[in-house]
Amino acid sequence: MEKFDQLTGPAAPLDMANIDTDQIIPKQFLKTIDREGLGKGLFYDFRFDMEGKEKPDFVLNLPAYKGARMIVAGDNFGCGSSREHAPWALMDFGIRCVISTSFADIFYNNCFSNGLLPVVLKADEVHELMGEAKGGNHVFAVDLQAQTVVSPSGKTFGFDIDPGRKEKMLKGLDAIGETLEHASAIDRFEDKRRMTRTWATA
Amino acid sequence: MGKTLYDKIWDAHVVAVEPGGETILYIDLHLIHEVTTPQAFAGLRAAHRPVRRPDLTLAVADHNTPTEGQALGVDAVADLEARLQLQTLGRNVKEYGIEFFPMGDIRNGIVHVVGPEQGRTQPGMTIVCGDSHTSTHGAFGALAHGIGTSEVEHVLATQTLRQRKAKNMRVMFVGEPIPGVGAKDFALALIGEIGTGGGTGSVIEYAGPAIEALSMEGRMTLCNLSIEGGAKAGLIAPDDKTYAYIVGKPGAPKGGAWDLAVTEWRGLKSDADAHFDREITIDVSKLAPTLTWGTSPEDTMAVDGLVPDPESFSTDDKRAGAQRALDYMGLKAGQPITDAKVQRVFIGSCTNSRIEDLRQAALIARKALDKGLKVATGVRAMIVPGSGLVKHQAEEEGLDQVFLQAGFEWREPGCSMCLGMNPDRLEPEERCASTSNRNFEGRQGRAGRTHLMSPAMAAAAAFAGHIADVREYL
Repeated sequence: MEKFDQLTGPAAPLDMANIDTDQIIPKQFLKTIDREGLGKGLFYDFRFDMEGKEKPDFVLNLPAYKGARMIVAGDNFGCGSSREHAPWALMDFGIRCVISTSFADIFYNNCFSNGLLPVVLKADEVHELMGEAKGGNHVFAVDLQAQTVVSPSGKTFGFDIDPGRKEKMLKGLDAIGETLEHASAIDRFEDKRRMTRTWATA
Repeated sequence: MGKTLYDKIWDAHVVAVEPGGETILYIDLHLIHEVTTPQAFAGLRAAHRPVRRPDLTLAVADHNTPTEGQALGVDAVADLEARLQLQTLGRNVKEYGIEFFPMGDIRNGIVHVVGPEQGRTQPGMTIVCGDSHTSTHGAFGALAHGIGTSEVEHVLATQTLRQRKAKNMRVMFVGEPIPGVGAKDFALALIGEIGTGGGTGSVIEYAGPAIEALSMEGRMTLCNLSIEGGAKAGLIAPDDKTYAYIVGKPGAPKGGAWDLAVTEWRGLKSDADAHFDREITIDVSKLAPTLTWGTSPEDTMAVDGLVPDPESFSTDDKRAGAQRALDYMGLKAGQPITDAKVQRVFIGSCTNSRIEDLRQAALIARKALDKGLKVATGVRAMIVPGSGLVKHQAEEEGLDQVFLQAGFEWREPGCSMCLGMNPDRLEPEERCASTSNRNFEGRQGRAGRTHLMSPAMAAAAAFAGHIADVREYL
């Protein structure tokens, strides 16, 4: 996993609620057997018309937001399908942080498997940041260690995050490696499981 | 204080608790399919890690399998990317010794139909799959939910998952539904009430007399749609109907072991004094057949109602969202939804492709045939059974003949047009009466228009040629 500590860059406003993972990365891009290269399909139906030409009015196609590193989005970002292709596509496109009032559970977990930072703020705070992201200067600074987002106008917003997840993301730790440290506890659990579930075939 | 069913299953699967509070939870059954696993196996291979418990893992091919010509095998799949993904799954399961029902095997089908059908889904288990509709298995009193591909790799390598405990929520369904109203309507009504984010962070237990009265198929439909309300999982305490469904299935305990298992399963229910963080009651006797009008599963309405006016929504954001949904769906505020003409009908998906779903659709088809009706001109209607075994059983019961006579297509099993990864999808602006689970923009095909509803409602729409009230076809 790519580690995440600090990030300064342009933030794009995506002022819609319930942006689902089908929107983030449509089905035709799920047939890959790789993690890389999914940026081309990010928000495909928003970015491109039926002929495959760029829609000039979509925020990520506007010159001011080319090179966006963050997204400010409406409530319940990432709902729907469990596809991890959604964070892979965001990362491949260059997005490393999404700010919203809420995230769907599976998408939220998937972010932490990939070093994509989901920042949860209150509705009025997201509203304020959305306004600033729509403005002329929309360069935000995010600091995971300090748990802050600093807006272009210089206002600081603090956010909460699970300490264990924060630690892993700061260091870019491999969750499987960490869990395998508990191999003997898993062995013991399986021994007990075998003895208590005598009726089970497996 | 007492424990909820979720608390009990959770407690029985804790392997270790990290200092930060993250819990390593044991996984009893890991279901896998072709779309969300190639990168997980590639990760294992790169790190030289084995699959810890291939015997607790079961693979199917379902998401991008074509629904015709399956007997020709994977090498004949026309879509080259889909073919490569299907071949990759075949190679991976062989290398790691995982049981696999490949395309064309009668046991193959949609992963959430196959698990229960094989008796692999059992009460009290923890079940995961790289698919959000894994919540389906909660119908058996199993804690089941979708995971991402990195977590698939984690489960393959460790047979555990790192989790934080969710909140407990309970939805009581009371009352007796009118004819034409069932589990799909219950679920849509609930999502309409709580919204697509209403269950976020919670496991929902469904209880009450209307749940006890539901068949296992109906319970699976309801639990399947838990994720559309944002819930981590849906759960229903097991009862005699659960045991009657499982007994004799290939994966079920046999002989004396069966009795021991049932004795243990009978303890799987929430204690009377268990605490729920949130409780909701829905009186199903007040529900009309329900469907979606917009582009989110929370955009629900009664079939005899009028398409809502965006001005009636409470905030600017919601008004804008509703207007966008109406424009996308090609509908006008205030029009009767039954005026909307359909070009496509899809009966299938992990939500509604089991034998009882097909029987309900066939019942409508038989009555329509008796009246001399056929699938309306200009409508293409597809039935896609959930598995080879469902297809076989339906054929034994003669349902395929009813459908074919009426003008439906009788296809081979798979996820099909629910997500349109295979060749079955909507053309732009085609309107579809669909028994699937998501009406998102573009879900069934770019610019396609999806209305979610029950199998009986979808069958009625096929004959009417427009959204129809199933009560007129009963």
